[in-house]
Amino acid sequence: MTTTVNGPSPEQREAFTTRLRHGREAISERWHHAPRWVRWALLAAVIVFFYALPNKEFYQYLGPIPTPGANFTQVLFTVSIYVLMAVGLNIVVGFAGLLDLGYFGFFAVGAYTVAVLTSPSSDIKTLWPWLVVVPIAIALTMVSGVMLGTPTLRLRGDYLALVTLGFAEMIRIAAVSSEFLKGQRGFNQIPHPPGQYADGRPVFGVLDARPYYWLVLTLIILVVIGVRNLTHSRVGRAWISIREDEDAAQLMGVPTFKFKLWAFAAGAAIAGLAGALFAGKQNFVNSQNFELLNSIIILAAVIFGGSGNIVGAIVGGGLVAYMIERFRGIELFGIELYEFRFLFFGVVLVVMMIFRPQGLIPNRRRAAEFKDRRKEVTVGE
Amino acid sequence: MNFDGLFSNFGELTTTGLTQGSIYALVALGYTLVYGVLRLINFAHSEVFIAGAFAAIWTWNGFGLDQNSQVSGVGSIMFYLLVAMIVAAIASAGTATVIERVAYRPLRKRNAPPLAFLITAIGASIAISEAFGVYTRRLPEGAPILVGTKPLFHIAGVPIDGVQLLTIGAALVMMIALDLFINRSRTGRGIRAVAQDANTAALMGVNKDRIILMVFIAGGAMAGVAGLLYDVRIQTLTYSVGFLLGLKAFTAAVLGGIGNLRGALLGGLLLGVIENYASGLFGTQWKDFAAFAVLVVLLMFRPTGLLGESLGRARA
Amino acid sequence: MRQKLTRVLGGVAMLALVAGGAACSSGGDDAASGGDKCGNKIAFFGALTGSSAALGINENNGVKLAVDKYNKENADCKVELVELDSQGSPDQAPQLAQKAIDDPKILGIVGPAYSGESEAAGPLFHEAGLVAITASATRPSLAEQGWKTFFRVVGNDLSQGPAAGTYIKNVMKADRVFVIDDQSAYGAGLADEVKKILGPAVVGTDKVQGEGKQVEFSAVVTKVKAANVKAIFYGGYYQEAGLIRKQLTAAGVTAPLVAGDGVNDPAYITSAGAAAAEGTILTCPCQPATEARGTFVEEFKALNGTDPGTYSDTAYDAANILLAGIKAGKTTREGLLEFVKGYSGEGVAASYKFVEGGELDPAQVKIWAYKVQGGKVVPDQEIPKA
Repeated sequence: MTTTVNGPSPEQREAFTTRLRHGREAISERWHHAPRWVRWALLAAVIVFFYALPNKEFYQYLGPIPTPGANFTQVLFTVSIYVLMAVGLNIVVGFAGLLDLGYFGFFAVGAYTVAVLTSPSSDIKTLWPWLVVVPIAIALTMVSGVMLGTPTLRLRGDYLALVTLGFAEMIRIAAVSSEFLKGQRGFNQIPHPPGQYADGRPVFGVLDARPYYWLVLTLIILVVIGVRNLTHSRVGRAWISIREDEDAAQLMGVPTFKFKLWAFAAGAAIAGLAGALFAGKQNFVNSQNFELLNSIIILAAVIFGGSGNIVGAIVGGGLVAYMIERFRGIELFGIELYEFRFLFFGVVLVVMMIFRPQGLIPNRRRAAEFKDRRKEVTVGE
Repeated sequence: MNFDGLFSNFGELTTTGLTQGSIYALVALGYTLVYGVLRLINFAHSEVFIAGAFAAIWTWNGFGLDQNSQVSGVGSIMFYLLVAMIVAAIASAGTATVIERVAYRPLRKRNAPPLAFLITAIGASIAISEAFGVYTRRLPEGAPILVGTKPLFHIAGVPIDGVQLLTIGAALVMMIALDLFINRSRTGRGIRAVAQDANTAALMGVNKDRIILMVFIAGGAMAGVAGLLYDVRIQTLTYSVGFLLGLKAFTAAVLGGIGNLRGALLGGLLLGVIENYASGLFGTQWKDFAAFAVLVVLLMFRPTGLLGESLGRARA
Repeated sequence: MRQKLTRVLGGVAMLALVAGGAACSSGGDDAASGGDKCGNKIAFFGALTGSSAALGINENNGVKLAVDKYNKENADCKVELVELDSQGSPDQAPQLAQKAIDDPKILGIVGPAYSGESEAAGPLFHEAGLVAITASATRPSLAEQGWKTFFRVVGNDLSQGPAAGTYIKNVMKADRVFVIDDQSAYGAGLADEVKKILGPAVVGTDKVQGEGKQVEFSAVVTKVKAANVKAIFYGGYYQEAGLIRKQLTAAGVTAPLVAGDGVNDPAYITSAGAAAAEGTILTCPCQPATEARGTFVEEFKALNGTDPGTYSDTAYDAANILLAGIKAGKTTREGLLEFVKGYSGEGVAASYKFVEGGELDPAQVKIWAYKVQGGKVVPDQEIPKA
């Protein structure tokens, strides 16, 4: 980044953040100026690292990284699902600027579609295999995204956030209370993804979470490539124009409503995929899986990482999901830290918004918007 | 659907709905005031309410009253209620002030976008609620029975008890006081001015920061009283109940027209009644569903609410 | 800049090496000592924090007492207790189950405490051959999924529900009953069984939201009041039950509340208030402490500082079954699993013997009715099988 620091500020922390910014810019500069092969090699190394991560032979040498209180491979699976969802939500929040506080509702739609169509405890007893149901789940979540989006996307900002939140709560209450969705009794014996090793053992078994993690990781890479291409196309430019100034975009001839709906549907589809994967791994889906707090966590994770930036969203989703688990099993002065994880999370959000509202790894244009706003004069402050 | 369940209990569902609705209305005032002045949904307002509710219970605990205590004598009941009300109002107003100072003011200074405010508010809400959760070990705390629930008199065959009378009465009194404060006092005029046009008001010599702080304090005090009334009515308090109640109060504010004080009252009472009718009609498990459905439908078709948005505009 | 970065990287590498070395050595230790006579562990699996923690804490305290007693008697060959806090949530269950499976020294599990998490963790224990005795998950279908490692030391909903119904019908002779449940697997399961037994005596039903999501029950109270009933059955846990009872009493409803073992906890009386809770009937597939052999209650209080709560005794018994196996030299998972399968013996709460699927032998299931009197839960009578 070639930005210069704007105007000296009387506040002391400004000096500190400036120093930090210099360090970060140096790294970012080096990255952007490195030869192409170096960048590719580094990227490949990172990907290989994450593929190797769930192996005990590897992660036991990583010191404090593995979670002490839970099986690390299983935690990695949870983290990877969060990352996938963060990438999806980033389309909605980061690119199109639509504040969606009920994103987990789409995850629920995906998971429940799989559960209803595959589980023997479902009323309709179709008992289809997992793989057949996944595309149906994705399609159905997309449709539900459009259905939710069509009436609500006229609203902006906070109001949209509340409508989506309301919808997610309605989905949850429906899941708890309707006979068809079984409430807390849930659906059991949901089939796993197909595949067998040479000796007849299933690839996607119960005890080994690695194949699931690798599957999600592979899907994350594919989704990221897809999203990246999308953002560099007409669609992506339209989203950004909507985010920056919807009225101006409309005046310039961008069909804003259509593209907002697209963003919503694309985001929903990814959440549906995540839900389907979760159901296939977990084997059991009930209404306890879809608490409102999850929606808030995932939104906060995207903002935390840097909304509008795919890498930022990945880092945010991964870090937040991982840190919440990392607190487990740590005792400080006889107090289990796990109890304090959300307290800590809330404080981090507040501090983050004050000192670094653009996120850890911000989108360049987005960060510039923040900077512009700060320069605007307000009266009476 | 159980129409019999609705009609045979219509009267009682209405009175209990109005009682619960008064509490929504008091909390809704906080949302409405802050929104009217700052165009900001103060998500953390639900925790302002919880702070007041806990403060009231702990005050009674300080007097040696717990969930098994029975207090008799009108004088001592009035005393306990008044003291707890003052403490609750102060605790809530204090919490609101802290939230404004620590979380919102730094953002305003930087002219942060609305998104940042929303995330900060959510963060503050989670942090405060969890702090109460950790402190109370996530267990419910009981309040003494101060006001009896024996029917005092009947209106058209529907019994009215002391708690209902107190809740609705106190809410109305607080609301009239607030209305007078906004419309008659000097500070109230400042609030209306800032709500109408903050920058012009500042140029005219209104101290914007002070006005904003006053808004948070007034909204906080209302939430504190709501917390006390909640304790008297439900008699048990868990750290996590604020979120849902806050969301419903916000719905009430939107229902009446956010930014509109009288709208908050109307919205609160309506929402309380709608919820109860839905419980009667579909079963209690669909109660919250009905509240959210109201929120969603309303925002989609009439986001300005029944009475329209206004704090500065009306009678400015 | 570059120098600084190198130094930081170096530091991180050093740290990683040291920590990795430590992890490695401890890992090696584990692998070498599998199947040893001593240094074995059992784990408790359930909610220890979160909104549904009270039952989990009750159970964990019971397990603690069992392990504590065992270690006093066998000071030369101790057993360690590992606590796995699931918060009662099914999404967290697999990673914790696997954590237990990863540690070869863990030979058996007491738990999972709730039915939902049992559904999610059951397949893992089954695959790993790690025996898991639950002291409180009463959902019937858990025993029907072919898990060879699943056992429970309490009767399922199908035994307790009808008993509660029978009590309302035959002992209380209530001909007008209102049935409420919290839509949980446990609560709705019980309520359904009660409805079957009572038939036309059920004059009204309603459902509420559990898990602390609902605190305001005026609509339910209004319905109950209007129905003019002799008894109210509540299927669910103590948290909501306390609030409902309190609000019912406040509204002038004097009909007694009948509820299952999920409400049989001192916290119910705290949240309802002693006056409102008076007369509540609680059924439980557990025997009164006075009938329990030995000095369980005093020992429990001495160790944990509180009276035993719901499922403290069954968890204690479940732990003792595992410990008896370890004592008998069954220090492999297969050995201990076989031992539990063939186990038959007396515990504090009941006599234990398991039948196909890991269900407690129906002949051993005794359902007792308890009554809240003077702010305490006191035994009322054993409910005869219908």
